[in-house]
Amino acid sequence: MNNWLVLPLLLPLFTAVLLIFFKERIGIQRQISLASALVNIAVAGGLVYQVQQKGIQSLFMGGWLPPYGIAFTADMLAALLVLSTAVVSTACLVYSFGSIGEERERNYFYPFFQFLLAGVSGSFLTGDIFNLFVCFEVMLMSSYALIVLGGTKQQLRETLKYILINIVSSTLFVASVAYLYAATGTLNMAHLSVRIAEAGPGGVLSVISVLFLIVFSLKAGLFLFFWLPGSYGAPPAAIGALFGALLTKVGLYAIIRTFTLLFYQETATGHSLMAWMGAATMILGAAGAVAFRDVARIMNYNVIISIGFTAFGIAAATSASLNGVVLYLLHDMVAKALMFMLGGMLVQAAGTGRITEMGGLMKKKPLLGWMFFILSLALAGVPPLSGFAGKMLIIRGGLESGLYLFTAVSLASSLIVLYSMLRIFMHAFWGEEKTSAPAMPRKQTGMTLAAGGLFCLMIVMGLGSEWLYSLVSQAGDILIQPELYIEAVLRR
Amino acid sequence: METLMAVTIGILFAVGVYQLLSKSLLRIILGTALLTHGVHLLLLTMSGLKTGAAPFLGQQAKAYTDPLPQALILTSIVISFGVTAFFFVLAYRSYQTLGTDNMEELRGEQGE
Repeated sequence: MNNWLVLPLLLPLFTAVLLIFFKERIGIQRQISLASALVNIAVAGGLVYQVQQKGIQSLFMGGWLPPYGIAFTADMLAALLVLSTAVVSTACLVYSFGSIGEERERNYFYPFFQFLLAGVSGSFLTGDIFNLFVCFEVMLMSSYALIVLGGTKQQLRETLKYILINIVSSTLFVASVAYLYAATGTLNMAHLSVRIAEAGPGGVLSVISVLFLIVFSLKAGLFLFFWLPGSYGAPPAAIGALFGALLTKVGLYAIIRTFTLLFYQETATGHSLMAWMGAATMILGAAGAVAFRDVARIMNYNVIISIGFTAFGIAAATSASLNGVVLYLLHDMVAKALMFMLGGMLVQAAGTGRITEMGGLMKKKPLLGWMFFILSLALAGVPPLSGFAGKMLIIRGGLESGLYLFTAVSLASSLIVLYSMLRIFMHAFWGEEKTSAPAMPRKQTGMTLAAGGLFCLMIVMGLGSEWLYSLVSQAGDILIQPELYIEAVLRR
Repeated sequence: METLMAVTIGILFAVGVYQLLSKSLLRIILGTALLTHGVHLLLLTMSGLKTGAAPFLGQQAKAYTDPLPQALILTSIVISFGVTAFFFVLAYRSYQTLGTDNMEELRGEQGE
C-alpha cells in the first residue's frame, strides 16, 4: 500500500476543479496550473524513485484487497510514462501561455488541460480493466473539448469525426470487457492474467484479444488511423503537441499491457496480426508523410509512422525489443511534442502552412532552424541523439525473432521520416525569402522557452541513454515476466 | 433467455451500424445511441441472466443476481449520456456554423 500512487491522478483533478472558479482571472489560472504542473513533475519523479528502490508499488483503493477492489499499480513502465507525461505537459502548458490566445484561456482551456492529464495519468497507473475504460473516457472527453475549443469551421468538422470514431471504439471497448468478464469473471488485470493462463491458449480468449487489439488500435491510430491526420491538424499547435505526445501513447500503453500481461501466451494470433498492422501503418504513414505539402499533415503522418514502429516492437516480443519499445516511447513523447511545437512556430513565422510557399527562414530564425534540423535527425534515429537507442533495440529484437521483412520495413520507415522532415527543413529554411509574413503577433518567449527546454531534455536523453537504460530495463523485465506483476498485486 | 437477448443485441448492433453509415448527422447520433444500448444489454447478458433476487441484502434471498455488471452498466450509461449530450450540442453548433447536416459535405481538405 502506498498512497503516493494516486497523486499523479489527484493533483491535476483538484487543480482542474480549482481552476473552474477562476474563469475570468487568466493570470491566476496560469500561475495555479504552472505551479501544479511543476509539483506534478516532482511527484512523478518521486514515484519513479520509489519504484526503482522498492519494486512495483500498488495501492488498493479503500483497503479492499484485489481482486475485489480497484488496484492502482505502478511498475517501472507506468512510472516512467507518468513522469514523461508530467514533463511534456508542463512544456505544452508553458508553450500555450504564449500561443493559445485569451479567448480560449477564458473558456476553461486550463481546466480541460488538467482533466486530460488526470485521465492520462490514471490510464497509466490503473490495474483494473474497467477503470482503464473510465480513465480513457476522462481523457477523451477533455480531448473533445480541447479539440473543438475556439469553434472554427475546420475544428467543428474534424471534431464531429473524432467524436464519432471514439464513441464507436469506446462502445467496442465495453463490449470486449463484457466478453472478457463472461469468460473469466474478473476485472483486475493481475487476476485476469492468472485466469487467462488457467484457461490456456486458443478458443474464445484469442478472439477477445483480437477485439482488444482492434479497440486499442482505434485509440492509438495503429492501422485504423484514418481519423488521425485530420483531427490532429485542426486545433492550435499547443493542443496538437499535447495530443501527438500523449493520446496515441495511451493507446499504445494499453496494447503493451494487454499483450504482455493478459494475452502473452499465445503469440500466433494477436502478435502476428499486430506485426502486420504495424508494418502496414509504417508503409501507409510513410506514403502520407511523403505525399503532402502541408506542415501539419506531414507531422501527423510522422506520428502514425512511429505508432507502427512501436507496434512492431511490441509484436516482436523479445526482451530487447520490449526494452526498446519503452525507451522509444519515452523519446517519442518528448520528440513528438517538440515537433508539433517547432512546427507551430514555423507556421507562425512563415505565415503559411504550405512548404512550397515558404523559404529562407534561416536568416530570420536561425535558432528555430537548427533546432528543427537536429530534431529531424533525432526522429530518424541518428546515433548520438535520443531516437537511436530505442530504434536499435527494436531492430535487434525484430532480427532475433526472425521478422526480417518487417525489420526491413521499419528501417526504411526511418529513412522516410528523415526525408519528410528534411523536406520541410529545406523548403522552409533554405533558399530565397519568399513569404511576406506578418510581423510577430505576440511575444514568443514562452514558446521558445518550452521548445528549448524540451530540446535540451531530448539531447540529454540521447547522451544519457545508458543511464536511462538502467531504468528502462527494469520496466522491460516486468513486460517479459508478467509473473512479477501478478506477484506484486495478488500476493500481499 | 440468453439466446433471445443475443439476437436482440445483434439486431440493435445491426441497426446502429446501418445508421452510422448514413449521411445525415442526426441519424448517426441515433446510431451511436442504439450501439450503446446494445452494448449495455450485452454487459447485462454476458454476466448471466440466472434468476435471483435483486442485489439488496435486505431481501434475505438464497441467491442474488451479479451486482458487478450492474455497476459497470450504470457507469457506462452516465458516460455515454455525457458524450451524447456533447455530441448533440456539437451537431447543433456545426449546423449553425457550417449550414449543413450532410456528412458528405463536411469533408473539406485543407483550410476553408
